[in-house]
Amino acid sequence: METLNYLLETLNNLFLIIADAIRGLFADPQSVWANLTMNVINFIIVVIIVVLAALILILLERKVAGWTSQRPGPNRLGPRGWFQTIADALKLMGKEDVTPAGADKLIFKIAPMIIFCLPMMTLAVIPYGKDMAPINIDLGILYFVAISSISTLCFLMAGWGSNNKYSLLGGMRAVAQMISYEIPLLFSLLGVVMITQSFNLGVIVEAQGTIPFIVLQPLAFVIFMIAGLAELNRAPFDLVEADQEVVAGPFTEYTGLRWGLFFLGEYGNMTAMSALAATVFLGGWQGPAFLPGYVWFFMKVGVMIFMMMWVRWTFPRIRIDHLMHLAWKVLLPLSIVNILLTGLGIYIYRFVMGG
Amino acid sequence: MSTIVFFIFAILSIAAAWSVVTSKNIVHSALYLALSFSGVAVLYILMNADFLAAVQLLIYTAAVSLMVVFAVMLTLRGDICESNTENRSWLAGALVSGSVFVIIALVILTNPDWRVLAEPWTSGGSAEDLSLLLLSRFMIPFEAAAVLLTVALVGAVILAKGVNESK
Repeated sequence: METLNYLLETLNNLFLIIADAIRGLFADPQSVWANLTMNVINFIIVVIIVVLAALILILLERKVAGWTSQRPGPNRLGPRGWFQTIADALKLMGKEDVTPAGADKLIFKIAPMIIFCLPMMTLAVIPYGKDMAPINIDLGILYFVAISSISTLCFLMAGWGSNNKYSLLGGMRAVAQMISYEIPLLFSLLGVVMITQSFNLGVIVEAQGTIPFIVLQPLAFVIFMIAGLAELNRAPFDLVEADQEVVAGPFTEYTGLRWGLFFLGEYGNMTAMSALAATVFLGGWQGPAFLPGYVWFFMKVGVMIFMMMWVRWTFPRIRIDHLMHLAWKVLLPLSIVNILLTGLGIYIYRFVMGG
Repeated sequence: MSTIVFFIFAILSIAAAWSVVTSKNIVHSALYLALSFSGVAVLYILMNADFLAAVQLLIYTAAVSLMVVFAVMLTLRGDICESNTENRSWLAGALVSGSVFVIIALVILTNPDWRVLAEPWTSGGSAEDLSLLLLSRFMIPFEAAAVLLTVALVGAVILAKGVNESK
């Protein structure tokens, strides 16, 4: 039992021990160069997480799609079709990179690059385990939302740069939709911030040691899920790239790896949003001690991603006036009511506990 | 280290702001404005004003996309490349903006509360201090700004829908 506990403890802190060992190679473990090296290593790990997540999720999405519509999905390449993504990636790399003659060249080329950078920046503040946030900043939630709000601009840049009517319409839809849904998204997170009195994601996870916030804030969780799906432009909120209406919207003119970057960015953003949901509402790395914290964290992220895919392949696309109606007349009042109820709850709790 | 970062991003924001004025295409102007705002956000972080930096990115940079939409919808010229023609009377413009700069600089320099602190602000967690100040000392300006924004929102709704619902 002693040795088992020791083993679990070591496994739990495995990455911290490795980090300490790397720091120990320097003469002064807290010097600028040691910090710089650790930052570079953390950055590389986050990039690997984004790329791996995208590669796995592309296949998983098609498998879940097959499961929901009761067909096998990709099953030709490799055991049960598990190598399909490799073939897809090779195909994307081999395609010709076309820039339309009338395009706004710089904007057209820079938009997919920025959108692929955003999930790397947002995933850098997520605590993957105890003390395992690559960058631990005080305003974690605010930083996350601020960075992910830039993706609106990228969609508009892609739509504008393509110089195509459908693309520009898609970009305009992206602006309308994403700016509207940003407000309930941020407001739904405020309830949790009010309870923990902190924007720091590490502190928020620590506060969920006894009970995850999904139990205390069920309304906020539902609002967050809906607004998060809309923010990611995934079905049933995929009006931006609705094939039947605006022919894939901002992505119409993109080919090859540039289009692939949009795809990677979408799955990276999806991972980031699921990671935020798992951190804020499901308790992050907290869980029974028989598994290390980071395993719990990635399991929760996986559950959230599966939920998103399940929703995508279950519901039909929402109409655009219903979309705006839902954001401004349903979700926004509900999130404000949630803030009011949370404030009342905190007040009553303090009154009863005499604090 | 922070001096190098400061100069990189200060030059970046000023160059971007210069391009906002000189760019012929109004959409390019708006996108340069977003770049300028992002550079200013980094400067805020260097001054330990993390909250302000996040709000700068969230409100200003993201809202530039709205500006682009309005620019596209309101531009009357057929060719977008000539949409932001340079104004010939740049002397009057320079005079007005110069005097505005002088007035703002005078106000900042004469108000002791607004001067740069001798000791740089080092304690993090600016959100907590900011919220305490907003809800105690600066309560009335804060609420006045909130009322102003609500009025603007109601006005926009009335403009869009009309006071009497007409068919």
